[in-house]
Amino acid sequence: MRTHSAGRTIIQIYVALFLFFMLAPLIVMGGAALNDTRFPSVYPWVGLTDRWFIDLWNDPRMWTSITNTVLVAFSVVVISVPIGTASAILINSLQSRARSFLYGVMVAPILTPGAVIGISTLLFWNHLGTPFGLQEEFPFKAGLHLSALGQVSFIAAYAMLLVLARLQSFDPGLEEAALDLGATHAQVMRRILLPHLYPAIGASALIAFFQSVENFNITLFTRGSSDTLTVYVGSKVRTGITPTINALALCLITLTVIGAIAYEITRRRAAAREAADAIALEKAEAAESEALQTASA
Amino acid sequence: MRELIRRYGMGLSFAMVGLTAFWLLALVILPNLGLLQFSFRPYLPVSELGGPLDHYTLKNYITFVGGDPEFYFLGIPVSIHLHIFVLTVVYSSVVTVICLAMCYPLAYYLAKVVKPSSAATLFMLLLIPLWVSEILRSFAWYIVLSYQGPLNAILRGVGLSPIRWITGFNGVIIGLVYTYLLFMLFPIYNAISSLDSNQIEASQDLGAPLWRTHWRVVIPHSKPGIASGCVMVFMLSAGSVIVPSILASPGSRWFTQIIQQWMFEGQDWNVGAAYAFLLLVLCTVFVSVVMRVLNVRLVDIAK
Repeated sequence: MRTHSAGRTIIQIYVALFLFFMLAPLIVMGGAALNDTRFPSVYPWVGLTDRWFIDLWNDPRMWTSITNTVLVAFSVVVISVPIGTASAILINSLQSRARSFLYGVMVAPILTPGAVIGISTLLFWNHLGTPFGLQEEFPFKAGLHLSALGQVSFIAAYAMLLVLARLQSFDPGLEEAALDLGATHAQVMRRILLPHLYPAIGASALIAFFQSVENFNITLFTRGSSDTLTVYVGSKVRTGITPTINALALCLITLTVIGAIAYEITRRRAAAREAADAIALEKAEAAESEALQTASA
Repeated sequence: MRELIRRYGMGLSFAMVGLTAFWLLALVILPNLGLLQFSFRPYLPVSELGGPLDHYTLKNYITFVGGDPEFYFLGIPVSIHLHIFVLTVVYSSVVTVICLAMCYPLAYYLAKVVKPSSAATLFMLLLIPLWVSEILRSFAWYIVLSYQGPLNAILRGVGLSPIRWITGFNGVIIGLVYTYLLFMLFPIYNAISSLDSNQIEASQDLGAPLWRTHWRVVIPHSKPGIASGCVMVFMLSAGSVIVPSILASPGSRWFTQIIQQWMFEGQDWNVGAAYAFLLLVLCTVFVSVVMRVLNVRLVDIAK
């Protein structure tokens, strides 16, 4: 493509600035975790310390909130992935009118603010218990189970979209063939359809897990008095700024960077292998055509 | 439907319909209808529920527009809450426009200019902030922008006087842009990637200047991505709870903070429901306006 070299330089500078804008704040936040001041800051630099990490490690509230976060995230995965898969298969079998209506209802939670989902979930379940005087009892009272249900309402939509996209490349003829050959309905589902959907199901489980861990808005309104990691961080940040949060942030950033590097290495290796395969293929083809030429001569 | 039963049998079809029905009824439709219904009822202690005072009323919505007028606009009294609502809409739109302007060139660069392998590396770098949670992303800016923070240290270093960054809506706008920027980048990138590069070349070969190639070829093709990005960024910004609570100054209150006040401090869940419903209406209106203006369908937005 023809692009002016001046234009190219400008856009490259822009990309560099963009990356700086995205990454520099994280470096500042992480760096503040190592500075020995009460207020998290990298400037002025007082001295290197590990006390914020020790404080963080010794905070029992942090450990409870991590356990809660993982519990909620697992429940969300377990509920939302089957729902998303089932509804994708269902909507894929429907025709025009009903399909677009149902599609609209299904994607609506993605376009709804988390605060609205949180409040409506809380009020709905609470109200369900009121006629029996149970609004302060387990399933109807605010708590992490409501957080999980609220999160499922929009995370299931992501799972549905992923599985639906994968279904587009599915050949229904395979199911026909299996049925003709006498497979049971359960076998068609388990042996033919689900194996084709596994990549999408795996991806939705991963996305569901991380969306749940990240969630703040829905959890804030539905959690009752339990903490999740985001709520814990949120309350720490609001009530008394402390460098232990920076220590936590630095741990998360480090984990992310390690994950990213691992991913990048596997990707490069795969790309290199593909390139090597392509070269080998080219060589083989060249040899073949040469052989053909010699043969015809 | 008949097709579904023929393929997977009664039992499995029933299970799939059941799961979908549970999701859509118990988790989506009924809670939202409940929210609407709840917003038209007065706040009452449990003992008086079903009593003579328990009837439908507009009281909660009147609270929204009828509070002490903060100022008059064309002779109409504007209550504090209405004012905050309007400011939230305005500044969320500003955030959306900034994100669009920042992401379009980068999305184009990643999709059409750079080598695919470098694009993958750049994506990986861009994804790092996304994995670090929303709260920590805004907290990072709280540190950067604080009066004794690194940004002012640089200003002092080059001999300028430090600036109080977190005043008015500055802090909130910067925080929202940073936190939700990537929700604009990815949809636009996906849309531009699906454009055939030959079309861009053809336009250039026919002598179109750069801006016209974008205006007539690339932008029309990427409309679904732009729509999707705008809807997501606007919704996330207007509905953001954490960014305003960290980066707001005393003079900038966000609508979600008022909702929180009713839910937690005021303990008046019915007014809270009314305000949450207004936020939902706002986002629905925004989605339909974007769909109308850019002429795209819902299927294109949510992909």
